[in-house]
Amino acid sequence: MSGFARHRRSGNIIAEFAGFEAELLRSLASQLVELLRNEEAMPSDTTDPFEALMDFSGPTSAPDDPVLARLFPTAYADDEEAAAEFRRFTEGSLRDGKSLAAGAIIDGLEQAGLPPELTEEGLHFDVELDETTADAWLRSFTDLRLALATRLGVEDGDEDYWHSLPDDDPEAQAHDIYEWVGYLQETLVEALMS
Amino acid sequence: MSRRLVRSRRTLCHDVAVSAASPAHADPDVEEAITPDEVTFLAKPWVTIVWNDPVNLMSYVTYVFGKYFGYDKKKCEKLMLEVHNDGRSAVSTGTREEMERDVQAMHGYGLWATMEKQ
Repeated sequence: MSGFARHRRSGNIIAEFAGFEAELLRSLASQLVELLRNEEAMPSDTTDPFEALMDFSGPTSAPDDPVLARLFPTAYADDEEAAAEFRRFTEGSLRDGKSLAAGAIIDGLEQAGLPPELTEEGLHFDVELDETTADAWLRSFTDLRLALATRLGVEDGDEDYWHSLPDDDPEAQAHDIYEWVGYLQETLVEALMS
Repeated sequence: MSRRLVRSRRTLCHDVAVSAASPAHADPDVEEAITPDEVTFLAKPWVTIVWNDPVNLMSYVTYVFGKYFGYDKKKCEKLMLEVHNDGRSAVSTGTREEMERDVQAMHGYGLWATMEKQ
């Protein structure tokens, strides 16, 4: 894996993935899709069951899950009512957009040669993305990194702590994956801006 | 930043009042004293703020500002460094509806954005 680079002739963005890397990325993207669908995007302030069934608009309060709360921040810091209205009208489509972007990663990897079940050892293949798809991957890399960082409690300037953990510590392993997705994102953004 | 804007508004209101009260003696220089920035301020009372977070890459934040707002590279880097060094940056101004669109777009890109009145 050498990260993404822009192909000079086609202008497309290309990266080579090992099978296990692609499998890992697909698994992360799938988990994100699950999480986005998991917590019901429904208003939580109604107690009338009929009203709840008939209300197709979005939620009005911030999600309970800290990852979802970070993915869908409160837009108005000092105005609860405006924040609830904003959330009602935006969170549904933001969720859909983030699901679609994660889906673009899954589809892209499978079209490039990742089988439904990875059995072959030493599998390698190229992933080639046009500008629009690369932008979707880039956005979803952010969502994946935000999700991992929120679960881990990543803070500014805490690199030494993570690197001091023993290799077999599950947190250290999750942090390695977080850094790897960061590397993918850094090379993808550089390729897009080149 | 907000202090400078409040002063601008006072100056502008004062000038308008003077011209309206005595049109015959209106100073021709008064109109020119209203800089484009001040006029923009009155028409665009809301602002989108992007906040620093420990996750988003500096290169990515710069990319998002260019991609979504269409700002040139220099402006994107300036705004990104404001976010990084000052903890926040006002990245766009406009009507409430325009800023809701911008905040939603920033959330779509995973940036931590809020909006407030100038």
